[in-house]
This record gives sequence, C-alpha cells and structure tokens, in this order.
Amino acid sequence: MEKVNVKINGRDYAVDKGMTVLEAARIAKIDIPTLCYLKDINEIGACRLCLVEVSEGGRPYRMVTACVYPVTEGMSILTDTPKIHAARKTNLELVLSNHDKRCLSCVRSTTCELQKLCNEYGVDEDAFKGAKNHYEVDTSSPIIRDNNKCILCRRCVAACKVMQGIGVIGANERGFDTNIGCAFDANLGEVSCVNCGQCIVACPVGAIYERDDTDKVKAAIADPAKKVYICTAPSVRAQIGECFGYEPGTDVEGKMVAALKALGFDGVFDMNLTADLTIIEEANELLGRLQNGGKLPMITSCSPGWIKYCEHYFPDFTENLSTCKSPQQMFGALMKTYFAEKEGIDPKDIFFVSAIPCTAKKFEVGRDGQSASGYADVDVAITTREVGRMIEKAGIKFRELDDEAFDKPFDVGSSAGAIFGATGGVMEAALRYTAEVLMGKPLEKPLETPEIRRQGNDNEYRTASYKIGDVTVNVAVASGTKAAKALLKDVEAGKVDVQFIEIMGCPGGCVNGGGQPYQPASVRNTVDLRALRASVLYRDDAECDIRESQKNAAVMKLYDEYFGKPNSHKAHEVLHTHYVKRGLWK
Amino acid sequence: MKKKLTTVEFRGTPEQEAKLLEVIAKYDGVPGKTMPILQEAQEIYGYLPIEVQRIIAEKTDTSLEEIYGIVTFYSQFKLNPNGEVAIAICLGTACYVKGSGDLLDEFTKQLGIKEGETSADGKYSLEATRCIGACGLAPVLTVNGEVYGRLTKADVATILAKYKD
Repeated sequence: MEKVNVKINGRDYAVDKGMTVLEAARIAKIDIPTLCYLKDINEIGACRLCLVEVSEGGRPYRMVTACVYPVTEGMSILTDTPKIHAARKTNLELVLSNHDKRCLSCVRSTTCELQKLCNEYGVDEDAFKGAKNHYEVDTSSPIIRDNNKCILCRRCVAACKVMQGIGVIGANERGFDTNIGCAFDANLGEVSCVNCGQCIVACPVGAIYERDDTDKVKAAIADPAKKVYICTAPSVRAQIGECFGYEPGTDVEGKMVAALKALGFDGVFDMNLTADLTIIEEANELLGRLQNGGKLPMITSCSPGWIKYCEHYFPDFTENLSTCKSPQQMFGALMKTYFAEKEGIDPKDIFFVSAIPCTAKKFEVGRDGQSASGYADVDVAITTREVGRMIEKAGIKFRELDDEAFDKPFDVGSSAGAIFGATGGVMEAALRYTAEVLMGKPLEKPLETPEIRRQGNDNEYRTASYKIGDVTVNVAVASGTKAAKALLKDVEAGKVDVQFIEIMGCPGGCVNGGGQPYQPASVRNTVDLRALRASVLYRDDAECDIRESQKNAAVMKLYDEYFGKPNSHKAHEVLHTHYVKRGLWK
Repeated sequence: MKKKLTTVEFRGTPEQEAKLLEVIAKYDGVPGKTMPILQEAQEIYGYLPIEVQRIIAEKTDTSLEEIYGIVTFYSQFKLNPNGEVAIAICLGTACYVKGSGDLLDEFTKQLGIKEGETSADGKYSLEATRCIGACGLAPVLTVNGEVYGRLTKADVATILAKYKD
C-alpha cells in the first residue's frame, strides 16, 4: 500500500494513501468524535462533529470534516485546538436546539453518544432557543421511533437502506421540516419493515428503541399463580457481558444463568436444546423433500427477520421455507405441551420468556400458528439489552456472581446448537446431522464446514458443495437481507442451484442481532464485533463434548417420550408452522 | 395512519399507466433517472400519489420511501391533484408584506384545506407560489390562471362564490 507522510498534532506518521483524516488519526491513537459517521455505510459528513484543522501545501489551516476528507502528502492535521473545540461545541448546541433533552429517563442515558459529547464539551443546553419540532412517537411495531430525539444523522437510514438493502425509513421533507420516517408518513407497523432492529443498533441517541417488555416479565414473576421460565438464545451468553463492562467476545454463560436465577425465574433453560431440535426436524424435512420431490431449495426458518423479509419481498419463496418453528418458538411450544404435561402444570399458568439478541422475535411471538398448546408458545421475548437492564435494576452485581448451570431437564445443548448464533452455523449443524443419516452410521469426527462460516464480507453470500457417501449436497449461506436478496435473485435466475439455504436476517447472524448490547460508533467502526462474539460460540464448539445435535440425549429423550420420530404428526402439531405471502405493500 | 395520503380518489387510467411504464423503460440503466421519471410522471398524472410512486418504486427496484423522500424534498412535486378550482396565492415578498399570508389563512379557514392540499371531492386546491411578477397588484392570487389583485380577507368569500358551481 502506498503511503503518505502526514503530521498529526505535530508528530510524524506514514499512513495509507486514500485514508480519511479520521482513519489516519485513529492510527495515531486519536479518536475524533463523530455522530453521523458509520464506516462504509454512512460517510456523509453531515453532523460536523469531526471537524479538524488541516494545512496542505503550506497553506493556512482550515477546518474540514475528518470523516470524508482524504489525507494528502505533507498534510498537517490538528485535532485538539481551541478553535476546533469551539466549533464542535457550537455544533452540539445547534443539534440540541431541536432535541428533546429529557435525558434523565431516556433509554439511552449513559449509552447516548450525543450525551457523552455534550458532557465532554460542556455545552449550554439552551444556547439556541427557538422553534422546535414536535412529533408523535410511533409505537405501532416492536421498534419504537421517537423523532423528538432524532438528530438527523441518518445512521438508521444507512443501516436500513445501505446495509440491509431495505430502505423503509429515509429522510422526508427539507430544511427545518426534515424528518426521518416512512413513505407518506406511515407508521413502521404499516410498511414492509422486517423488525431486524439494525436501525436501533445504529442510532447514537434514543430516537429508536425496542418496546420494553421487562415490566410484563416482572409482573409475571410477582404473580404467585404463574410459573415463569426463561430460556436464553445461543448468542446472549456471547453478548450480555458487554452490558456489564466486559470486553466483546467474553463468554459469561455461568454468570448470566446465575443472574437470571437471582431475578426469580422458576427455571432457566438453554435454547441450544431447541436449536438441536430444530436441526433434527429441519434436516429430516430436507431429506424428506429430497426423497419425495418436495420444494427445493429448502430455506431455514430460524430468523424471524428473514421470514418477514421473505414474506414481503420474495413471497414466491415462502413454500421454500422450512415449516420448522424457530428455536425460540419450539422451546415455548415444548414448555406448554411436553413440559406442562410432565410436570402436571396447566399451560395457562406457564409464563414463558425468551431472551434473544433479536427485535424481530417480539413480532414473531404474536404470529399466527405459534400456539401449540392453545396459548401463545412464548409470552414475551426480551432482548439482550432488556435482560441487562433487568439485572441492573434488580441491583444484582453481575460481575461478582459465581457461575451457575442451566436447570434440568433443558440444560443440555450441543455445540452444533450453539453455533446457530453465527452465520453459517445452522447449515454446519444441519450438515453434521445429515452426514450421519446419509452415511447410515456415526462419523468418526463431526463434519466441519469452514467454507460456509463467515468470510468477512457480509454483503456476499457463500456456496459450497459436500459429498457425503454418494450424495452431493449443494448449499448456500447468506446473512443480512441484502445478501439474501442477491442470493434469491441468483436462485431465480438459475445462477445458483442448491438444495439447502441458510439465511439470517442480520449481517453476521444473531451475534450481530438488533437486540445486541449498544456499542458506540467509535467501537463499531474499529472492532469486528461479529467475529469477536462468534468466537465465543466457535470456542464452545471446539471444546464441547457434544458437537452434534443427534448426540444431545435430552433431545433424543423428547423423541422417545413424546414425538416418536422426527417430523411425526405430533412433531408437526407442536414444532411446525406456516407463513403468509404478504407482498411489498402489506 | 398515512398522514400524507391525498384524500382525493385516484383516477389513473390504463393509458396513463402505459405511458408511465414507457417513461420508466426509457430511463432504464440511466444514472440519476429518478428525477426525470418523477418529472414526467407528474406531467402524465398532474401529481404523484402513492399509486404512481409505488409503480415507480417497484419498476425501478427502489424503495417507496426513497421515492417519497425525493418527492417531498422538491417543492415542485405535488402529492395532491389540482382541484377543479385551483387557487394559487403568491407568497413572494411584496405580496407577503401586503398580507397574502392572511389570505392563505382565510382560504384555509373557509375551505378546510391547508396549503398544498386538495379537498376530498377534488373541487378545490390551495397552493402557495413564489413571486408571479405582478407585485404592483399585491397581494395577488390566481384561480385557474385568472389573476385577482389588491385583495383583502373580505374578498375571499366573493372569489369563492364566483366558482361555486
């Protein structure tokens, strides 16, 4: 890479040609503040917080926006002068002039990027008094939008349009009336939003957040008539440490379980178990489709963001979707049928909570065909962030807890179930099972499929081909709806010919779900959170004794005692569902 | 609730739609095609209701929100059709100083529609314009192109009465 020589605050550095001033400063270990900048997807120089002074060719210093200004040979950059401070402070005060400053109870208080900068720069909250816009808060979907808090940075727009290729939100009107919203001022619940929640993760302030369902959970726990159980998705253990100051990529499973028990749940279970159950149901469905000429390619159905995307944008593919419920819904169904019968509890007295790194799951719990017992399979789905808030509010000292183990009988999950949380994981887990079935005997060592694990660029889908015995299985994997769109277009055009496809709604899979802990842009732009969190799951896979779903004795017991065999009539009643052809405008 | 939907019923014809599809096809592969498509679509329909924007969005593989964002950014694009009685009030400097803002308020009061809107029956539309070059007659407005000048609030009822039938 060609280098250019620059001075940053008087010191010499050689940095890559083509870098922006912001990136060059990062090499000098200086973090220039930003509000609108998100690497690769929102480089628009709009918020003007990254102002720095540069001098080129010996000319006088002038202010430029570091996030979009490229370095040049001999450039001198100043990042920390009184002039810069004054300009940034004024810009912050201008942002505040049309901002709802009720910070005390704001969901983003202490994680708000605007709040942090205002504090650092000592702004006057009321420096500019004038007209203010007032907007209705949109509570029509699990993703709540409060434009009174919006600072028009457009990070949510970039997440929706550029990263996910959807674009149901954008900037409307102009000038002082500019606002982020949907076409014709529709509410989010009325448009083809898939609830992936990537807009929430992108938002620097409290303008977009998920519906908080923690009060419902606390009320159920306080109700003596209710038995309240919770299960945690594979990725939650790889993320929730971040809510308590751990570095991204720290596995805190034992403390997480201990904290949930301290919150008063009657049982804390591992969703890895129903991930295994999903694999066995889904792989058998695939084998059935292959043998009986069923609809192919079959596509996974674990991700509710992807499901809604398919229903809106590719309704012709809904028959390709596996009819398997997602692991969350299977767990709830299991709790209110098998578990209720076994324990002699009326399913109406069971309140089942799912902890997931996902906002689309909040929509999924209310779907048709998700109530095997006659009662909703899952009563409430709460995000990793909400779980973190519940623990915090209860005063539980997370970091000081001793590790505890999941409760029986749903305490066992294979590491094939654990890797569900990363893109390619469901496919790998399914192939491990399929390989054994096709070979007719256990494999010496579980199949590993590094080709379909994440390769870095989540905009591209991956294909691979596996020869198992005398059968060749062709597969494809995509994460993020943008890559899913590219893949399905190529399937439609006959460019990709596979039998089995895994699609996750969020880029990188659940480890990067819309319900993950907040990380500021300064971290998101420089740290590969998806890889760090996924590494927790793959470490588990490398160390676990049970690496295949079919080796999970707890799951096999379910078949022995309850379902009979995979895809049985009973299994269909409890573990499978159906989809809707929504189309673009519904 | 879609607050910005026009209350006027969409009366697009198959001929108009065929024309629009021709326009979209004409710009296939042209960079920056959305603006000219929207301009020509407005020439065909007179305005850009959701029905028209959806066709453009679907055929150009663009999100409806992106189309709508452009339409609401430029004041020349209209979300409502012209009424049978199209009232355009000049809000240029001279007219504004002479009280055209009050005229606009009075029309809003009497017709029940705001600036940029059209009554549900399609009869009246109310529009604010830039200077129309008749400052000597300020404040000035046009109804279906006919110019009325040196007006006061009291004239509003008289003008409306003239177009009642």
